[in-house]
Amino acid sequence: MLSRTADNLYWLARYMERAECLARILDVSQRLAQLPAAYGGSTNEWSSALLTAGCADLFREVHGDAVNEANVVAFLAFAPENPSSIRNCFEIARTNARSVRTALTMEMWETINSAWLELKRYSTKNMTREELARFLAFVKETSLRFDGAAYRTMLRNDAFWFSRVGMYVERADNTARILDVKYHVLLPESEHVGGPLDYFQWASILRSVSALTSFHWVYRQSVKPWLVADLLILNAQMPRSLTSCYQNISRYLDDIAAYYGRQGTAQRIARSNLTRLGNSRMEEIFQTGLHEYIDSFIAENNRLGGSITEQYLV
Amino acid sequence: MTVAFDEMTNVDGSIRTAYAALSRWLKEVPPDVLDYRRKEAEFIFRRIGITFAVYGDSDAQERLIPFDIIPRILTNNEWQRLSRGLEQRTKALNLYLKDIYSRREILKAGVVPEDLVYQNPAFRPEMNGQKVPHDLYVHIAGIDVVRIDAETFYVLEDNARTPSGVSYMLENREIMMRLFPELFSENRVAPVENYTDELLATLKSLAPVTSSSDPNVVVLTPGIYNSAYYEHSFLADKLGVELVEGRDLFIKNDVVYMRTTEGPKRVDVIYRRLDDDFIDPLAFRPDSMLGVPGLMSAYHAGNVTLTNAVGTGVADDKAVYSYMPEIVRFYLGEEPLLKNVPTWRCREPDHLKYVLDHLEELVVKEVHGSGGYGMLIGPRADKAQIEMFRAKLKQDPTNFIGQPTLALSTCPTFVEEGIAPRHVDLRPFVLTGADRTRIVPGGLTRVALQAGSLVVNSSQGGGTKDTWVLDE
Repeated sequence: MLSRTADNLYWLARYMERAECLARILDVSQRLAQLPAAYGGSTNEWSSALLTAGCADLFREVHGDAVNEANVVAFLAFAPENPSSIRNCFEIARTNARSVRTALTMEMWETINSAWLELKRYSTKNMTREELARFLAFVKETSLRFDGAAYRTMLRNDAFWFSRVGMYVERADNTARILDVKYHVLLPESEHVGGPLDYFQWASILRSVSALTSFHWVYRQSVKPWLVADLLILNAQMPRSLTSCYQNISRYLDDIAAYYGRQGTAQRIARSNLTRLGNSRMEEIFQTGLHEYIDSFIAENNRLGGSITEQYLV
Repeated sequence: MTVAFDEMTNVDGSIRTAYAALSRWLKEVPPDVLDYRRKEAEFIFRRIGITFAVYGDSDAQERLIPFDIIPRILTNNEWQRLSRGLEQRTKALNLYLKDIYSRREILKAGVVPEDLVYQNPAFRPEMNGQKVPHDLYVHIAGIDVVRIDAETFYVLEDNARTPSGVSYMLENREIMMRLFPELFSENRVAPVENYTDELLATLKSLAPVTSSSDPNVVVLTPGIYNSAYYEHSFLADKLGVELVEGRDLFIKNDVVYMRTTEGPKRVDVIYRRLDDDFIDPLAFRPDSMLGVPGLMSAYHAGNVTLTNAVGTGVADDKAVYSYMPEIVRFYLGEEPLLKNVPTWRCREPDHLKYVLDHLEELVVKEVHGSGGYGMLIGPRADKAQIEMFRAKLKQDPTNFIGQPTLALSTCPTFVEEGIAPRHVDLRPFVLTGADRTRIVPGGLTRVALQAGSLVVNSSQGGGTKDTWVLDE
């Protein structure tokens, strides 16, 4: 396969995943910001949304300190000057898809192309809450359709594997960043647990990775912060947990290596990250510091991205 | 102007045989059903993303070429005549190019004036004395043909560089079969879907002798911003070969390789959809970001086949066109089976005088122009336009030819007011391999959707139709 084709497939999957993640972040922030202050509602939610999306600095360059709902929504969803806005994610995804049309199935192409056509119907200015909700639902739906189309229609060869690796590397990054921004509300069992206020913060984290219901099925108890951390980092059943992402990354990279008959740095890094997750215990993570743990995970995940590029995509 | 020949209906109102079944069907089917199917077709085209770009039109970066749902029909008999003529013409084009880049007998014999070659911007001195694989230059030709009456087809233009449009021929048929299966059971229409198979066989037959027994063929595209990008990806997909850009290829020891996830892989045949100027910054335009540095030296070393060959443009501009009948006679010793449109070469003083005296009734074209840009249609032009062309002609006569305004044939077409006749042309695609020539029956019919308009180019609001050759 052409290196450029693999590169396009990998990034196409990353951008579709990123768009969905942004939609969830906006969804959750809006929900939290609407709560009365007594229940933990605050305008800070829009700052954390920017931090989680990794574009707080860029936002400040454009809007200064005017961190409010209208500005953040416009910036994360539509702003052309934000390279990772949902609109840009879809634009880039479609550009990539056009360059590798021959490597996509008709179903995948149609999902991306019709989403791109549909995108034009959403006006970017003065969106009502209802319009925004409809827009976010459309984004999530598109990502689901794309994922489903890929899963159900692609040949199981390197094209499929590169696209899956891209999706899981992006997903791991997103989950880690959600945790990184909210780590201060996630406390070890021994600590004094905050009042019912914090419930909404914990629930919002779960919601942002669509895991609120899963939480109850897995732990069968009320939401506790250390369990939230456990679910998102170590629990292999949870499809957005770091462990689950790395199980998939490692598996698909091994498929690629077997197909090409050669292992490389990317496979080694993926395996070592997976092993590290497998050997981690929640108590230890809290002991050494959740923030530090997540920080070093994000760095490792980036290192993997770099080595995949070097090994296959250039 | 005389009344144009209509391909369905004779002047007395009777229906020509080829259209009998279609005409019956058109009478039976309610207009709203046609309209509904037309919208369905447009929806499908847009969803699949069959678009093209119009240069200089930034609002519509991607536009659909309008598709007309009423097919254009040729009888097998008409087609056999046409296809023999096309084969003859392509053969002559190849012999001419071989001659121009080697012994130049035709120039020595004084049949074609030398400056038409040496002063032609598409002439490539780099190709002088270079052997190309199998002595073939034009492997994929698009010969534009128009019809004047029941008997007469004229060649309007030869496209010997990178002719496009074949994806529309294939997609149009696909859509027609999806929307109107009932029509195909009433008419026995010769299939076109084997085109890409024939193309692959052609491309493989052209591989250099140094390549392996299963040559690696690729399609080279300028990238997604090119107006015909959809076609490039479509063809690569149907051929089952990689669609590469310049940056995917590199040259080592005069051999072409592509960068893959498993390391470099040798490339033997490049179906390039990139103009000569851009293919190798070391040989041609140094600012080209689209090409492959060193490609020409690999080509000269005989390690890669480029289709079409470099330098074919010297055979297809409008000034050379007017010599095509002589070219056919010179190399083949045969009378041309397909006629040329009568053409005045403004480079010749008496021709120029005639053109200047008859600007109001002639079509004047730039010798190197294409796509319907830079031409004058006398009967439709106002005084200012005519005077502008008169000035241009006097200033640089060699740059122009004049032709009579032809009454191109019309075909029934579904437009706003219902079904009405519109002017059409035809671009059949001729494949020349090392083993043989292949032509799938039909080609791309382009239709001028404006009433009375003669300009069928997609960049100027033309549409396309499915083209049927009935297999009687």
